[in-house]
Amino acid sequence: MPFIASPFSISETSPSYEEFFREKTTMIYNRLRYRTMGDRALLVDVGDEIHATVNQAVRALFNTLEQNPIPGVTDAVPTYRSLLITYNPMAISLTTLQAEIARVWNRLKPDDLPGPERFEIPVCYGGRSGPDLEWVARYTGMTPKEVIRLHTGISYRVYMIGFTPGHPYMAELPEALFTPRRKSPRPHVPRGSVGIGTNQTVIYPFESPGGMHILGRTPWTLFDPNRFPPTLLNMGDSVKFFPVQEEEMANWKTRNPWKS
Amino acid sequence: MEDTKSLEVLAPGPLTTVQDLGRPGFGRYGVPPSGVLDTFSLRVANLLVGNGEGEAGLEITLMGLQVKALTDLTLAVTGGDLQPHCNDAPLEMWQSLRVRRGDILHFKAPRTGCRAYLAAGGGICVPSVLASKSTNSASRFGGLEGRPLRKGDILTVSQPQRHLSHTGRALDKSMIPRYPRQCPLRLLFGPQAEDFTDTVKKRFLHSDFEVTPQTDRMGIRLAGPPIQRKKGLPESIISEGVVSGTIQVPGDGKPIIILVETVTGGYRKIATVISADLPRLGQIKPGDRVKFQAVSLQQALKALEHMEAVIARLKEEAANL
Repeated sequence: MPFIASPFSISETSPSYEEFFREKTTMIYNRLRYRTMGDRALLVDVGDEIHATVNQAVRALFNTLEQNPIPGVTDAVPTYRSLLITYNPMAISLTTLQAEIARVWNRLKPDDLPGPERFEIPVCYGGRSGPDLEWVARYTGMTPKEVIRLHTGISYRVYMIGFTPGHPYMAELPEALFTPRRKSPRPHVPRGSVGIGTNQTVIYPFESPGGMHILGRTPWTLFDPNRFPPTLLNMGDSVKFFPVQEEEMANWKTRNPWKS
Repeated sequence: MEDTKSLEVLAPGPLTTVQDLGRPGFGRYGVPPSGVLDTFSLRVANLLVGNGEGEAGLEITLMGLQVKALTDLTLAVTGGDLQPHCNDAPLEMWQSLRVRRGDILHFKAPRTGCRAYLAAGGGICVPSVLASKSTNSASRFGGLEGRPLRKGDILTVSQPQRHLSHTGRALDKSMIPRYPRQCPLRLLFGPQAEDFTDTVKKRFLHSDFEVTPQTDRMGIRLAGPPIQRKKGLPESIISEGVVSGTIQVPGDGKPIIILVETVTGGYRKIATVISADLPRLGQIKPGDRVKFQAVSLQQALKALEHMEAVIARLKEEAANL
């Protein structure tokens, strides 16, 4: 997948309108596709794959709708390739809602999108913090050091926040690190755990169940309900990890951009 | 006038939380809506005691909650019949009543439904976090310190004395939901119904499912005949947002009705329960059996209008007091 090459992924300058639509004809649907979820939710599909261009178009649509809210819409959840719109069916009809979304989509100006924020996140790899580092090394035929080098070698795009508050889904891992998910998810993954599975890497902001292979742990807080926005990372952001030693964790904790 | 220490928790029961109508609008941050499962019951309880319909109240699961009134209060208990008692006398549900300082309320065991709702005139006071007083226990924020109630907790109510006149109001008896065990949940197929064959969809509609003990505020897990996706389709889909009521089918073919503590999901969703039947999802408990019935969007909206009309009538009554 041409993750880095995409004009939408991590370039500093916004792509031109023409570039946007040239991309649109390749992996983005020509027209939005709609799927209803019951009588009060609508999935708006922009494309059908996990790709930075598709995801950036979801982000553009979401941002524009957030700045120009449609009356009757109660929530919008942007994900990899879709935007879930929840609405009050007694305030707006499905037909009107679709027409409004299509109108916004047809006038979309991706230039208005704020650029991605870049984060460098400290991770203590292996040991108690990363119980699956050895397994991943064996599975991929590398040394633990090489796994860490690869995992910290590139920036990842935050495709979406979901599963638990502030939980980022990031891609695209270097292919040499692709693994299947754990056969049985762990019931309790510690807060701050950094995991990989398939072509993705994630951070668990809370202790929760989890099916990813845990490589390490970050001391940073990713979700704080008393701040706004409550998440450190947001869709479209760029994340690079760097290794730190266990004894430095407390020290790094205080360097959270949130200074929590 | 100040917030008043009003209720002392003598026993919390298995799960009692402070909830309002939830925090929609934060899905992009991975924040689920939370809030009461049976919105109809909380809205009615609030309107009966003279609150706005969205004030925070208590969601009481199954049994066991015991609270002592520390001051005179107007209360209403709605939802599932957990055999509420006041000082050992049965307490009338679906109406507003006065409890006196020192009275003890006790929820004994479910006769119908699964969750009861308690609203206090003035509303339970907890800080608003991300625009709601609802408890998100998994991520530990909102409600009372982000957790279920514990023995010894003291709940404050905002200006309870101003609501003491709101007693003796009741919901019309014909409007009281009875949570029958046989009544099917109405649904609309989608968003991934086409990933299931017609045979499987028929089986889904014509089978009884048992509600398993792995049921909580995230979802109702069902056991029954396997609901298998079409052959050749991968087990999971690209993760996308979900709403409560949508019925997700993981690889094992055992459907899960998603509830309010879930925000995204990576499995196919065969169908979604209609808005008018969402409150009933809060009244389903492990061991119950559920059936589904497909309806049209028009029927779904009609049912919703019917429910909203009941609420609108109560609001009007409250405004004319």
